[in-house]
Amino acid sequence: MAATERVADLRLEVAERPKTALFGLFVLGLGVDLLLKVLGVEVTVGSTTLVGGTLAASRLITLVWDGIVVGLGIGLAGIGLSMTYSILSFANFAHGDYITTGAFAGWAVAWLLAGLGSGVLDGNILYLLTVGFGPEGPSAADLSVNAVSNPLAVVAGLVVAVAATVAVSLVLDRLVFRPMRDQSGIAVLIASIGVALALRYLLVFVFGASNRGLTAGGPKLILAGVSGNVALATERSTIILASNGGVPSDAFYVELPGVDFGSYTAEILSVTSAEVTLVVTSLVLMVALHLTLQRTKLGKAMRAMADNQDLARVTGIPTERVVRATWVIGGGLAGASGFLMALEQGTLAYNLGWVLLLLIFAAVILGGIGSIYGAMVGGLLIGLTQSVSLVWIPSSFSTAAAFAIMILVLVIRPDGLFGGVTTA
Amino acid sequence: MSGSDPPTTDGSVRDRLRTELREGDAGLIAVVMGSIYVLFTIFAVLGPAQGVGGVVAALQAVTFWTALYAMLVLALNLHWGYAGLFNIGVAGFMAVGVYTFAAITAPTGGTPPGLGLPLWVGVVGGMLMAAIAGAVISLPALRLRADYLAIVTVAFSEIVRLSLLSTTFEQFTLFANVPFLPDIPLGSGAGRGINIPINPTIPVKSLYYTNPGNPASGSRTAVGEAVISAFGAAGVRETVVVSLTYTLVLIAFVGLFYWLLRRIGNSPFGRVLKAIREDELVANSLGKDTRLFKVKVFMVGCALMGLGGILWETQKGYTDPTATTFMPIQTFYIFIALMIGGAGSNTGSVLGGGLFASLLFLGPQYVSRIFSKYFVSGDPPTTFVAAVGPLGSLDPGPLFAYTLQNVSSLRFVLVGVVLILLMQYRPTGLLGHRKEVAASIDLFDREGPSDSDGPRPAADGGRPPDRSVPPEGGDRDE
Amino acid sequence: MSEDRPTAEAAEASGATASADGAAAERAPDGTEATSSEDAVRDGLDPADASLVVDDLAKSFGGIDAVDEVSFSVERGSLTGLIGPNGAGKSTTFNLITGVHEPDGGRVSFEGHDITGYRTAEIANEGLVRTFQIARELEEMTVLENLMLAPRNQSGEKLLNAVAPGLRGSVKAEERELREEVWETLELFEIDHLAREHAGNLSGGQRKLLELARALMVDPSMMLLDEPFAGVNPTLEEKLLDRVHELREAGLTFLLVEHDMDLIMEHCEHVIVMHQGQVLAEGPPAEIRSNERVIDAYLGEDV
Repeated sequence: MAATERVADLRLEVAERPKTALFGLFVLGLGVDLLLKVLGVEVTVGSTTLVGGTLAASRLITLVWDGIVVGLGIGLAGIGLSMTYSILSFANFAHGDYITTGAFAGWAVAWLLAGLGSGVLDGNILYLLTVGFGPEGPSAADLSVNAVSNPLAVVAGLVVAVAATVAVSLVLDRLVFRPMRDQSGIAVLIASIGVALALRYLLVFVFGASNRGLTAGGPKLILAGVSGNVALATERSTIILASNGGVPSDAFYVELPGVDFGSYTAEILSVTSAEVTLVVTSLVLMVALHLTLQRTKLGKAMRAMADNQDLARVTGIPTERVVRATWVIGGGLAGASGFLMALEQGTLAYNLGWVLLLLIFAAVILGGIGSIYGAMVGGLLIGLTQSVSLVWIPSSFSTAAAFAIMILVLVIRPDGLFGGVTTA
Repeated sequence: MSGSDPPTTDGSVRDRLRTELREGDAGLIAVVMGSIYVLFTIFAVLGPAQGVGGVVAALQAVTFWTALYAMLVLALNLHWGYAGLFNIGVAGFMAVGVYTFAAITAPTGGTPPGLGLPLWVGVVGGMLMAAIAGAVISLPALRLRADYLAIVTVAFSEIVRLSLLSTTFEQFTLFANVPFLPDIPLGSGAGRGINIPINPTIPVKSLYYTNPGNPASGSRTAVGEAVISAFGAAGVRETVVVSLTYTLVLIAFVGLFYWLLRRIGNSPFGRVLKAIREDELVANSLGKDTRLFKVKVFMVGCALMGLGGILWETQKGYTDPTATTFMPIQTFYIFIALMIGGAGSNTGSVLGGGLFASLLFLGPQYVSRIFSKYFVSGDPPTTFVAAVGPLGSLDPGPLFAYTLQNVSSLRFVLVGVVLILLMQYRPTGLLGHRKEVAASIDLFDREGPSDSDGPRPAADGGRPPDRSVPPEGGDRDE
Repeated sequence: MSEDRPTAEAAEASGATASADGAAAERAPDGTEATSSEDAVRDGLDPADASLVVDDLAKSFGGIDAVDEVSFSVERGSLTGLIGPNGAGKSTTFNLITGVHEPDGGRVSFEGHDITGYRTAEIANEGLVRTFQIARELEEMTVLENLMLAPRNQSGEKLLNAVAPGLRGSVKAEERELREEVWETLELFEIDHLAREHAGNLSGGQRKLLELARALMVDPSMMLLDEPFAGVNPTLEEKLLDRVHELREAGLTFLLVEHDMDLIMEHCEHVIVMHQGQVLAEGPPAEIRSNERVIDAYLGEDV
């Protein structure tokens, strides 16, 4: 009885939103295909494969991890974009270049400190401060910046990245956006395109247009199956040696208790310190933001303005305090995201943020404009889409797949997942 | 080609011409371009010495880029200025036009191969594909609000570019598994790009050369000999002469685009577009199917962007997906040019194109070359570090030299600042405030019997009807 | 009313409100359509004489029932009034009828066929045209342009006709004819001296006149007028009402929302009263004037 009612409700939902239902079916189909692939099952008709195939579990896990890493970075950056969109009512096309600004500022300091640590500071200060703009100077390998070997540089870089982007955001708001508070969202959007151009090419002027390497290698952590057990190591060679019986005494190797897979020996997942840094920092920042929003009065005011468009309309233009907080939080997180993404990629170019901007828009739209948690979730979903789509399509189209999702969302449900719903 | 009020038609031809030049748009464009020409002549003369040839080359370059931008800005004006459609995927539609053209005209044995069809087929095909791409995009996009439409069109533009870069389409066979249809090998060339030997410069070159595809292997035609030697005597290089001729072709196309847009705007169709731009609900309430209008105007604009793209890019004889032409930033330059001229005004579009191309795009390089010539000796520093270092000892020279050297980056900082100031102080640009009447005839000219009872008192106490408007000689000729 | 009155679910299942973008709705099978609209017509009115039939329309916004099972019919060639205190749901009803909002339930039929869920442009093309309470004149366009915009099926609205050298000639000819009609209308409404003005420069009353004139130029068979005479001077108002009656004789139907009770009482032959989203009463003006519940509603609302 209850079941038939449920079915009737479901049929009503499907009838009301056929496009959403179709999309849901599509995603379900992909999930089924993924499962079959992992299990190694293949369903063929003649010589063409309908569903299934082969996919190593480790590959899937790696793809998921990559998706999470990139997704968190995008989500972190997306928070700021979502907030400006809802509180200041315009799409900030300069947001990508805020990210890049943070990255350059942070990495200038990181390199400086790393140079100090490696003793190559002399005569190279300006070189380090422009993050390697020039023919001569210490290389990324010399500096070896990563969280394990040079935590001070990384932390300092992160702090400076945040601070610099906050400063730039506030200055630009004062100069460009505040005089335009009463103009339409489209006019401000267009102005933000001008900001994007100006900012980007100033960075080119100072830091050069080349794509520079930031870090070289760095420690990683490997999760692998060794003779049926699950183990952690820092070198692939250790895994190989362990599976043959002998683990060198100075190598890091830990076997996790409990699981036993027979004689399964394969690398499951390898994570770099940069990736871990990004993931951990992003999560910490997001939690900190969550606490701020929930516990402080300002946080409550911001949530109210972001969630409730009607309230925002009734109370008029948001107070300067809320606006400032928007830029501080949004800009700061953008800067952090830029620094961390550059760390994770290992390279830095002037268009770092610009190439990410569309993906960030996709994340924000997917999550629902104005919803901070939506931005985080949207970021993760976009990252995962881009990454997991590699199972089916060539890598040159993975970004296109993420864009396609965004277009789909705009067509089916422009409010996104959490749009129009309270953020907390 | 005047604004809202038609020029008086009394007086001699010379008077009319003078009025037209003084008050009409042709005059405005002439004045602005003329000033630009004067400016660039000065640039060329002051800059690294290249004589008359240098001056001609400079003027040719300015006109070339003005024409290219004018075409694309007009096409974008159709979308944004006329219909209020915020399309910033222009580069994507240009790419569709260019690559379709390339695929159609490339020789069947080339790498990548094409269909080997004539030039005009390529042009038509390119425009058609761009229009179809526009139609496909309109399905999801046209009912979105402006900022979402912007994002979707940029996303589309990037999807096109990434697909062209992808090795998946580097070489493929059309209809490979389809029975009854022949297998057609095609390809995008992926990162390496595609050769475009048959392109719009060929007809131009065929005026001057017996072998337009490879001028060196043939000889000059009689016309070619005459023209090239004449210009050569004045110090103008041969390549500049050819470019000059191609530029004239471009100007003709600008005129075509302008004419087309005028026609569209000054018609019932244009009237509905205007209504849609301002208040779509009203247009719908009067029975106009706004979706259809938007799709049509979108497709036409995209076709024009495809054509503009072909004229812009294929004249290099080669293209690849990394060309700036296909990147979103190119769309932004076109958009900025439109904002400068004033969205909604065709003359503004042409002027915006000219001002952007000359003052913001080409100008800074010329200026920096002049300053370099007179104030900088030796090699400028190649890095910011090297430029800033000497500031410690109060030597601004290297920084100055570095700045001049890198004016190509700084000009876009200038472009960004110009856009910001524009949006803050004059969002309508130069001529966007103009309100042109959308009709194919002059609405104020009545043919019916006039009221001979004298002025009627106005219903709410306003002015009596204004009968002092002089009857115009005829309908405004479009 | 019969049991065949469609429930909300049935209406949705039949596709009347299925798609979010309001694509042309599937109509209910012919049997139900005829029955329900016949049943929805009020007693005393022959269904064949009903121009517009609204049956059980419902629409809620965020929990508030703006329109709650509203049913009424409008006789062809009549001048019917729709009155009620502010917030009664009159404008929303207009929006539902003309496809601006999709109803949560109920049906609308015009001249015998079901237009529920149709898009606004389609409905206007059927001949049902409305004006807006707050006049939506196109400010960037001149008064002349506003009016030239209105007539339906202009050949010049097809892109090819507008552009092609051979076809443009006939477009111009058609425009010349329309221009004459437009000027005549301007003179009728006594705003011909404003022809050149951009609509944004007009006063409130002038905008209302423009709104009405423009709707008239669409050549409708029924007009939904939302407070058309607000801000118009009484002499002109009388003159226009005379014209309205002339048009009525010629077969045009009017449904008029007004706050001016004298106007309603004097000119309308049938009055529908709405209150808090529902039809409170309907009938000839004399009946309505003395209807207790109507009086209470107005007094209670402190109009």
